[in-house]
Amino acid sequence: MSQSAVREARVNEGAELLAMYERMAVIRRTEKAAYDLFLAGLVKGTTHLAAGHEAIAVGASAALRPDDHVFATYRGHHHTIARGGSPEACLAELMQKATGICKAKGGSMHLTYAEGGMLGSYAIVGAHLPMAVGAAWSARLLRTDRIAVAFFGDGATNIGAFHEALNLAQVWKLPVVFVCENNLYMEYTPIRSVTAVENPAYDRAPAYGMAAELIDGNDVITVRDTVARAAARARAGEGPTLIEARTYRHYGHSRTDPAKYRPAEEVEAWLKRDPLLIARSSLTALGVPEAEIDEADRRASELVEAAVRAAKEAPPPDLAEAFTDLWADGGAAWRK
Amino acid sequence: MAEVTGTISYREAVAEGIAREMRRDPTVVCLGEDIGAAGGVFKTTQGLLEEFGPERVWDTPISEQAIVGAALGAAMTGIRPVAEIMFSDFLACCWDYLANEIPKVRYMSGGQVKVPLVIRTANGGGLGFGAQHSQAVENWALTIPGLKIAAPSTPADVIGLMAAAIRSDDPVIVFEHKGLFASRGPRPPEGHVVELGRAAVVREGRDVTVLALAATVPTALAAAERLAADHGVSAEVIDLRCLIPLDMTTVLESVARTSRLVTVEENPHQGGWGGTVVSLVVEEGFELLDAPVRRVASANVPLPFADVLENEVIPTVDRVVAAVRSVVDY
Repeated sequence: MSQSAVREARVNEGAELLAMYERMAVIRRTEKAAYDLFLAGLVKGTTHLAAGHEAIAVGASAALRPDDHVFATYRGHHHTIARGGSPEACLAELMQKATGICKAKGGSMHLTYAEGGMLGSYAIVGAHLPMAVGAAWSARLLRTDRIAVAFFGDGATNIGAFHEALNLAQVWKLPVVFVCENNLYMEYTPIRSVTAVENPAYDRAPAYGMAAELIDGNDVITVRDTVARAAARARAGEGPTLIEARTYRHYGHSRTDPAKYRPAEEVEAWLKRDPLLIARSSLTALGVPEAEIDEADRRASELVEAAVRAAKEAPPPDLAEAFTDLWADGGAAWRK
Repeated sequence: MAEVTGTISYREAVAEGIAREMRRDPTVVCLGEDIGAAGGVFKTTQGLLEEFGPERVWDTPISEQAIVGAALGAAMTGIRPVAEIMFSDFLACCWDYLANEIPKVRYMSGGQVKVPLVIRTANGGGLGFGAQHSQAVENWALTIPGLKIAAPSTPADVIGLMAAAIRSDDPVIVFEHKGLFASRGPRPPEGHVVELGRAAVVREGRDVTVLALAATVPTALAAAERLAADHGVSAEVIDLRCLIPLDMTTVLESVARTSRLVTVEENPHQGGWGGTVVSLVVEEGFELLDAPVRRVASANVPLPFADVLENEVIPTVDRVVAAVRSVVDY
């Protein structure tokens, strides 16, 4: 490669990383807003915030095509935004507004953005892994080269659906990528203390003859490149891949959890490995000026502040919405 | 032989109903345990692999969650899967999908996705399979808003309801009755579709309305014959055919004529579908009734193995006759 080609590649990589950084910054600020709105009594129910997990959603999205399908868990705000869902529609959903991304019928745990191929957030642990297998099967049947991705937590690796999904995906050699976001705690309990192997996802792959990678889930470039490899294998008909991405959540499991069970030094060490800090230092290493990074932060803040304002001003759902969208005809009639 | 006589067995009607839809729509695909090369443990998918090949008829491992979960994911992304759960008892192994995922994904996403999915399963007793392979569990599905439920009693309805279920953009659970597989009936013409949620008056009568579903339809019809011959009672028999949508219009119109109601259910009395139907009749048609309603349902015990014991538990012609006589004589 010539020196100018090397320079150009560096500039392109810098620009792509900056875009990923900005998307991660948007997610981080959306999660902070959700937290603050909850404390202000404007978000009810519960939230499972993904602050700390941003690199997995954004890195994976960067490696996928817009028409690929992804499935996420109840900790799914980051995947919704990474696939193009707007912070305003997400926050409006959390705030029970008519403009919510699911018309205020889903809530924090069920964010869905089908237009962006984000086919839902599922709150029964492990349930969506077979569904992603089905979406991959569908891509095969329809002779498209779409792939499907299931994002799930470490806790899902001990439930039956995980194992049934891995086996079927490998037996049928389907174009699906399984991405475990291992944040070390299933809910409040350390995953290691309830799992027979050290790496809850990665160590299970050999039992299914499945390709697997164990990666740093806080480095957005590593995530992007790993998912890109897995996606290429899937599109080439070489079957599924299991990726275990190590990460750490910055908040507790859910809104009621202050996460006091996590040792202070562990929290401190992981906060130093904040995916935004890692991306920032990679940007600097690529020669992206500090001012451009700050500018990305400023844009992210403005976007989310505007989203909060708009969501606050949005009206509540029309009461008739309780009886729409059950059936494909739009209604909910169950009898004649 | 079937072509010559113009009849078809209930068992053959299952494969025929699926095949007709697979011929007209290339996105209809089947999956399940032993459905391909083996033709199904009840031979209800015989011939499908031969006609449509392994790209449309998929043998799965014994993984009910993977079968139904994958079918759901495929349904959300452009396929019309027909998933088989071998025995309806095994629905419990993938109940999360029936309770939490399939009926809710459309609603909780605010209508962003649709679920054109069929789950078909062999339901009910009468074959001596014991407590874990003989249950009638149609009432399980009835407890979940968001599932449509069909349970045909004749080969023609198997084909007609299968067509409607597969063409539906909503999830439909089709309960095929094990005790009816060997029964025969007219082979319906091509294009035969039975609208979901339309009950059939299968025998007209004046004195009492007898509501039945799947295998209790022939039981109710046999009881009606005996009631007419031996007791001078004219029983109207309605085959509900579907539990959701529930055709209360046909039920209430019939009760308006007969003023008496008996339900014949194979599911247990506790939580059985008759409870829902009767509550609606009482709420909306109390003044139509001239006698208390009677429910003939399976007893609230697991299905015992021995034939003589099973007969003690499930609805029989004798029990239906006795129930009808008690409301007619009231």
